[in-house]
Amino acid sequence: MTEQLDAGMVAEQIADADALSSPRRGGELGRGRRRKEDAKLLTGQTNWTDNIVLPGLLHMSVLRSPMAHAKILSVDVSGALEMPGVIAAYSGADLAEVQGSLPCAWPVTPDMVHPDHHPLAVDEVRYVGDGVAVVVARDRYASADALEAIVVEYDELPVVLDMESAISDGTPLVHEDKGTNTCFVWPFAGGEDYDATKAKADVVVKRRFRQQRLLPAAMEPRAVVVAPIAAADDYTVYSATQIPHILRVMLALVTGIPEHRIRVIAPDVGGGFGSKLNVYAEEVLALVVAKKLGRPVKWTESRSEGFQATIHGRDQIQDVEICATQDGKVLGLKVDLLADMGAYLQLVTPGVPILGAFMFPAIYKMDAYSFTCTGVFTNKTPTDAYRGAGRPEATYAIERIMDELAHELGRDPMDLRRQNWIKHEEFPFETVCGLTYDSGNYEAATEKAEAMFGMAALRAEQKARRESRDPIQLGIGISTFTEMCGLAPSRVLGSLSYGAGGWEAAQIRMLPTGKVEVVSGATPHGQGHHTSWSQIVADALGVPFEDVECVTGDTDSSPKGMDTYGSRSLVVGGVAIHRAAAKVIEKARRVAAHLLEAAEGDVEFRSGTFSVKGSPEAKTTIQEVALATFAAHNLPEGMEPTIDADCVYDPENFSFPHGTHLCAVEVDTETGFTKIRKYVCVDDVGKVVNPVIVEGQVHGGLTQGIAQALYEEAIHDAAGNLVTGTMADYLLPTAADLPHFDTGRTETASTTNPLGVKGVGEAGTIASTPAVINAVVDALRPFGVNNIDMPATPERVWRLVQSGGSR
Amino acid sequence: MTRVSMNVDGVVYEDEVESRTLLIHHLRERLGRVGTPIGCDTSNCGACTVLISGESVKSCSVFAVQADGEQITTIQGLADGQGVNGEAVGQWHPVQRAFQQHHGLQCGYCTPGMVLAAVDLLARNASPTEDEVRHGLEGNLCRCTGYQNIVKAVLSAASELRGEGPLPGSFQDSADLTGVGA
Repeated sequence: MTEQLDAGMVAEQIADADALSSPRRGGELGRGRRRKEDAKLLTGQTNWTDNIVLPGLLHMSVLRSPMAHAKILSVDVSGALEMPGVIAAYSGADLAEVQGSLPCAWPVTPDMVHPDHHPLAVDEVRYVGDGVAVVVARDRYASADALEAIVVEYDELPVVLDMESAISDGTPLVHEDKGTNTCFVWPFAGGEDYDATKAKADVVVKRRFRQQRLLPAAMEPRAVVVAPIAAADDYTVYSATQIPHILRVMLALVTGIPEHRIRVIAPDVGGGFGSKLNVYAEEVLALVVAKKLGRPVKWTESRSEGFQATIHGRDQIQDVEICATQDGKVLGLKVDLLADMGAYLQLVTPGVPILGAFMFPAIYKMDAYSFTCTGVFTNKTPTDAYRGAGRPEATYAIERIMDELAHELGRDPMDLRRQNWIKHEEFPFETVCGLTYDSGNYEAATEKAEAMFGMAALRAEQKARRESRDPIQLGIGISTFTEMCGLAPSRVLGSLSYGAGGWEAAQIRMLPTGKVEVVSGATPHGQGHHTSWSQIVADALGVPFEDVECVTGDTDSSPKGMDTYGSRSLVVGGVAIHRAAAKVIEKARRVAAHLLEAAEGDVEFRSGTFSVKGSPEAKTTIQEVALATFAAHNLPEGMEPTIDADCVYDPENFSFPHGTHLCAVEVDTETGFTKIRKYVCVDDVGKVVNPVIVEGQVHGGLTQGIAQALYEEAIHDAAGNLVTGTMADYLLPTAADLPHFDTGRTETASTTNPLGVKGVGEAGTIASTPAVINAVVDALRPFGVNNIDMPATPERVWRLVQSGGSR
Repeated sequence: MTRVSMNVDGVVYEDEVESRTLLIHHLRERLGRVGTPIGCDTSNCGACTVLISGESVKSCSVFAVQADGEQITTIQGLADGQGVNGEAVGQWHPVQRAFQQHHGLQCGYCTPGMVLAAVDLLARNASPTEDEVRHGLEGNLCRCTGYQNIVKAVLSAASELRGEGPLPGSFQDSADLTGVGA
């Protein structure tokens, strides 16, 4: 069943005291609780990694290659060692024995080319920003100064930057010893044979789409502090990371330091968007240098350094072909992808386009699907997961090509989608990719979005502007997207050759005073986990929201986890907490029954209180049970004195949020400037724990997707220098660049988890890019335009207008 | 080295500084006032915004020596009423309250700068339009919120500072989680 909700209705609902205890799911779930996280963030009492100061702390700086490809002939650090305040300096050769090679956890094919990736380059640098040497000094300025005293001799090698050149004959090789720039070829097919299907089609539409390279640009730069206890061979690593648990394992594997000697803490982390879902050179370097020196070491990236040394996102060339009958039935889809790996493989670099492979068919029924991805090495910063990771790219391709198909057939683009999408009564539905979509209601989301948008009036205005040849043309763009979230069922990850599982861990501890500690392996970096977890636990256990404390981000206190990415925290981590709460209740029920001298089967639990069926006066609260269990004076025979509970939850399926996004743009055909006039989205992320947090996630996601459509691009010059290497050059949108978003929701519960949730972290980013570009192309149709590269800058738009659509 | 004296959030600090030391590094590394973060190295992001004599300044674009003798308010001092509006000691500034009430922050890294830029904006323009708020905050980047709730929060704080009461909040729970001077 789908409930129609919008922001206004949610506000009404949470304003209405009765609605707070609506029968929907008790008092806490669906309630707009203010965030527990905000107090420290709003008063400057936040513990960012760069804030950490320890006795004897040393600062590490990294000397980076100014060349995209060169042999290292020599590195002389002696000059740096003579600089004031410098404690040590090391070249890659100096650390060769201890630095290991950075991990890639996703060997997508058995024959994938997986080059060594030393934290500091030893013989050869392969992108501008590749680390060459480190200096460790008493303060930040001294270590930065000393970098200039290091002398490196390079022998420049030819660079290869674009993917098509990289896979052509006679091209320079990024890794000479590998004999190829092709990292892997990953073919996939679903349904019937594509070519046979295409032979039956009346219409075939092909386009080439470019997913430009993006910089994730979380506001907090990366930072790491390593505190060693040298005598005990024991290390605490503080890192601005999304993945303290994975990082601990990987640091152990890379450095050989035993895993149980490493504690990783992700203190307050200021955004990630995938860029902190990695194991980075500097994390390893700070660890091995701190081990060598026996002193704490800090490294904090500068922003322009981070733009080179932190992973980039996207960077694909997509050749997409769709075939259909004359009456609009989609028969098949063929996707040939080139995916830029950059110079090395980071943690999940090759897996990103593979994750996307399953999402190209999206919400549409079709008979045949053919996909091939070629991973390509180039002399650029490695790519990896950036908000959406494969799914925005796929969604862009399918939503763009559906518009092109509609244009080819002379059909309304929404009608064509409606004809081909999975109807709400057809769920659960197995897609041509073999995924089972558990639930969805594309009709409901679309109907609502169209009503909020005022489609008819905008189409009329568009017609009038076209007829009057108004220099300001109106375009309308649609994106009816879905995504796969809740990464991920471990068996599926195994079948895709990923190196780990997709479960999440939770623990609930009942304290003697009735307060509750929730330990989660999902690691927050701005999403509001602690507020949402508190709501889930308060709802399940019937304890006050304020009485719940969350423990995350430290491998000592939250020892087990798979961390935060892929819109998984609520769908996997939240469900783990919910199940742990259920276990607490079952243990507590046994104690309560004993205390109330009743049979366990006669004891009911509601709103935090156990009572005996038929004798309402016989009751005890869960807090009283917690205290009685702590005292342990009078427990059931043989029962351990605890009602705490753990859960490690492995999801049975992905979740599939969806929605309909509608965008109207005004394109000034004289200047090429695009202005978003109206943006409406109706997202269906299933059941919602905190509607205000959900809306915030949608806003931020939309912004990053719009930024890809209109503003952002990481550009390299012919020598491989990142031209957009600072925040002055890379166009992150400001408040003035963005429209007001009209957001709404429908609620179609996920059927594969008990909370009915689907995840929301990436939805806006995945959906919005094609909505905006479809609108820009729609505005420019009268000029013969049927495609535009992103970002749709004024220059690109203007040139298309001038040239009548040829790029 | 140059001797400087500055009042930061109500405390006077006297130090010897290198002439090249940026104010933000002085605040963070010498004075331990780490509530103000650093988000870039080109004065674009605004995360390090503080108030110098009530005016918002990106503290990465000022040398510590230039702040000699100045009155500086960081996010850590705003709640104490050292800043602009003579708030009672311990109360959050209306802009801080509005940011929470309207979910104007997620990861919170841009928040100190965004809040102080907003305080300055409202000191210059008590009744800004939505568009004026958007343009007024152009020098402060946020990667999480899409700005919509920040804009809402600033408009709400403006209303409250004008004595017209805050705008209806997005979060409408009754309990005051923040307490006084949290």
